[in-house]
Amino acid sequence: MAKARKYPVGPLEYLRRWQMQAWLAAVGLFLYVPLIALMAFSFNDSRRNIVWKGFTLKYYDKAFHDASLIEAFGNSLTIAAVSTVVSLALGAMVALVLWRFRFPGKTVLDGALALPIVVPEICMGVAMLVFFARVMPWPQGLIWPLNLGAIIIAHISFSFPFVAVVVRARMASFNREMEEAARDLGAGEWRTIVDVILPHMAPSLVAGALLAFTLSLDDFVITFFTAGPDTVTFPVKVYSMVRFSVTPEVNAASTILIVLTVILTAVALRLQGDPAVTAGHAPADKS
Amino acid sequence: MSDKPPIITFENITKRFGKMVAVDNVSLSVQEGEFFSLLGPSGCGKTTLLRMLAGFETPTEGRILIDGQDISAVPPNKRPVNMVFQSYAVFPHMTVADNVAYGLKVDRVPAAERKRRVEEALELVQLGGLGARKPDQLSGGQRQRVALARALVKRPRVLLLDEPLSALDAKLREQMRTELSTLQEKVGITFIMVTHDQDEALALASRCAVMNRGLLQQVASPNDLYEFPNSRFVADFIGTVNLFEGVLAVDEPDHAVIKSPDVATDIFLDHGVTGASGGVIWAALRPEKIELRKRPDGSVAPNLGDAPQGANALAGVIRHEAYLGGESIYEVEIEGGRRIKVKRTNLTRWDQEDFALGEAVWLCWHACSPAVLLS
Repeated sequence: MAKARKYPVGPLEYLRRWQMQAWLAAVGLFLYVPLIALMAFSFNDSRRNIVWKGFTLKYYDKAFHDASLIEAFGNSLTIAAVSTVVSLALGAMVALVLWRFRFPGKTVLDGALALPIVVPEICMGVAMLVFFARVMPWPQGLIWPLNLGAIIIAHISFSFPFVAVVVRARMASFNREMEEAARDLGAGEWRTIVDVILPHMAPSLVAGALLAFTLSLDDFVITFFTAGPDTVTFPVKVYSMVRFSVTPEVNAASTILIVLTVILTAVALRLQGDPAVTAGHAPADKS
Repeated sequence: MSDKPPIITFENITKRFGKMVAVDNVSLSVQEGEFFSLLGPSGCGKTTLLRMLAGFETPTEGRILIDGQDISAVPPNKRPVNMVFQSYAVFPHMTVADNVAYGLKVDRVPAAERKRRVEEALELVQLGGLGARKPDQLSGGQRQRVALARALVKRPRVLLLDEPLSALDAKLREQMRTELSTLQEKVGITFIMVTHDQDEALALASRCAVMNRGLLQQVASPNDLYEFPNSRFVADFIGTVNLFEGVLAVDEPDHAVIKSPDVATDIFLDHGVTGASGGVIWAALRPEKIELRKRPDGSVAPNLGDAPQGANALAGVIRHEAYLGGESIYEVEIEGGRRIKVKRTNLTRWDQEDFALGEAVWLCWHACSPAVLLS
């Protein structure tokens, strides 16, 4: 600091002003301290989550041996995986249609697409509840993973618009002459999509998949309304555990979820940050 | 040349987008081996015509023939033409070599032959050794060469170029101009180029079609377009021109006189005018065909010997000079306030007098210099 003081603060060097530094510190505090506390207390050797009694891993051990918690975790991952794949396909196709064609009702579709994004989650949840109770009851007592169908459908319906929005934004930067060039050089329509359009779309597919996956993994409200007694997801399970008491076991389970999400995000960001991927450079095909 | 069947024929092509007529009943044919240019201001329909030939647009009316075959129903990927796009449209996720190989790969050309042809094509556009680069490691000029190689490697019957030089800076543009024409001579493929830049068209093309508002105005060699334009639009679009509106006062087989209210002199021509119906006509005089002479007080109008005394000579005052190094363009104000553009090659260090702003001058020209325009 003493060294930096030697030079006067420049007009655009906001980071060297104390106001900005204080602001950043406050942001960091409110953003990360709760998370760090949660993680720290998962190692606390005490039933009560208030005072620090010493370091232990026993709640992790407990969490890993809690069959219902593991089942809920498995359910969550399965739901997230399936709904991500379907949302990706649906979202990318909708984005392509909206980007590529003009048709009657386009603005309506465009607006309707944003609905699941803006409608309050609680309303979506109630809507799903009514839908699966009255309109299309999901058969009960199916074997796993078919019993998760209702939740998966609910998750797809709120995550594919996010994919569509991301993919569409990416396609806005696509040079249509590129598509024409592929056609001009002899490629048919399918070949053009695979060789030219998909590589350009790739980074947005990665980003969209990440969004869909984390949205699904996180979701509590909508899932709560569509889950049955035998289809408990991780957030719903944690909620039911908290209703009895906030034990370090909950902290441990949450920490695992956070670490998992962070790793996934890091991987996705890495893929996106790769200049080859960002510029639509998928690895060149080697035939 | 004309007894061979044309390689490309547009037959009464009309293209409408909704109510807008982009191309209006255009008929045109291109001979094998030509460097043909479609020239016109933006929105004149030249690009639409090219895109119809490539297959990206369908004509509303009319037929397009390649080698005598109607290709209206053939999709772009099956047409024997290839295009160099205005944005080059080089695939960013492929290396230079993969870009060039793409068309061959789609056509399932065997790998060994593909490799050889790609190398040949890269050599042809002077990109030998850069095959492993990615497009973002290339300059604009190099990317354009990739686009050229990618199209030429397929050995098309016709190569289409959409504003090929518009994205390059001035120096590079001049260099690519020369290269494009040597390239065309080397490969012997028919080139069709769309451009709004008349210099480019004149420098490169063996024949040009000038279009305006969807209509074909004139098809001619660059020299004929410049010296014998068929309308005011062409005269004005190609190069710079001084236009004088007037009527035909005398029209004999061996000479004619145009009287114009614009100028205080008779415009004397050493040839008769055919096709004039007695209405308004125009004389078009290029700036470089006008001679500048000093006009001391009391001097008489100069006579170049091929017109009666007093004709083809105007008194004026220099009002503006644009000094371009190799030449100067003067704006000379004549009686009545109109300004005439005069171009003069710079021979200063040899034996030329200079003209200053505000200096009194004579403008004079030969009887064969003005072009007569009926429309």
